[in-house]
Amino acid sequence: MSMNFRNCARWTLIVVVLATSSWAAFAPIKFESREALFEIPKGTFAQRMAGNKVEILPNHVYLTLGIHDVLLLKNLDDVPQIFGPTLMMPGQSFRLPFEVASDNQFACSAHASGQMTIVVDPRPEWPWQKIAWRIRTLYRTIHIKLSTSAA
Amino acid sequence: MKLFYWLRLSLLCLLSTVAGYNSQADELKAGVFSPSRPAPDFLLKGSNGSDLKLSQYRGKVVILGFGYTSCTNVCPITLAMLSQANQQLDTLASQVQVLYLTVDPQRDSPARLKEYLAAFNPSFIGGSGTAEQMAAVRKLYGVTAEKHDFGKDYVIAHSSFVYLIDRTGALRALMPFGHKADDYVHDLKILLKE
Repeated sequence: MSMNFRNCARWTLIVVVLATSSWAAFAPIKFESREALFEIPKGTFAQRMAGNKVEILPNHVYLTLGIHDVLLLKNLDDVPQIFGPTLMMPGQSFRLPFEVASDNQFACSAHASGQMTIVVDPRPEWPWQKIAWRIRTLYRTIHIKLSTSAA
Repeated sequence: MKLFYWLRLSLLCLLSTVAGYNSQADELKAGVFSPSRPAPDFLLKGSNGSDLKLSQYRGKVVILGFGYTSCTNVCPITLAMLSQANQQLDTLASQVQVLYLTVDPQRDSPARLKEYLAAFNPSFIGGSGTAEQMAAVRKLYGVTAEKHDFGKDYVIAHSSFVYLIDRTGALRALMPFGHKADDYVHDLKILLKE
């Protein structure tokens, strides 16, 4: 009975690992939109002036060519902001498409560090690239969530 | 009657495909501001010996960059790229004006800017002024410039993008550093068509 249970568990594990790997290797990578949207909410400046720490953007923004490769910034606040690579007026948006895999550093007043890095990954084409991309994305998501909750 | 219906449907499909293709082709490769705002005007000393006022270039597409003549990595690449784009534009080049404002007014006199820019393209115009004037212009455009001392010498870490300003004087787009001349030509042709 115990032997049967172990065998069953082992086979279940193998099937789960194989199914997950196959999905990670072959399922198409999809995003709802090619745009990664970041907004400065209304009242951010006022909150800062009141001494509250407001984090709007992660220090690193990760994009993927051909899938999720457009940075869309919106300033919904009442004052101009240096946001990402540029000065944006209230109500203005800035849409920046990327066509080359690269690391881009921009000055950004929306950050305590004053700097923002946009990492553009190449489009994963082959199965092993898709697996690597999913693992990397999962790691980054967890890392961002942890650093945000720590802050 | 049925044939007419199918013909009309086919024509509509064809037109929508063409329209879709064109709207994709007409997308700028640079980062686009929406809505665009008037590019802040400035009055500086031009490397051509005259006053340099942005608004005097209404009717032309202006490429506005910030840099300095002692820059060893970013500026020479950007200016070489702009020069290449200028050549590729051929007859349209006369409708485009490159303005390059110094972030190092201490060393970059209009004469020095003229000599430096002429090495890339004699039509490029540089702009200089007092440290306060240049700082005010940088602030209007969200451009950063940070001086780093190295003994007697110094370098300036500065924003590396260039702005694209349309014929009406609206700040339309921002081209990040690293784009090729073809991308500039692509975007400039779109702006020139308007």
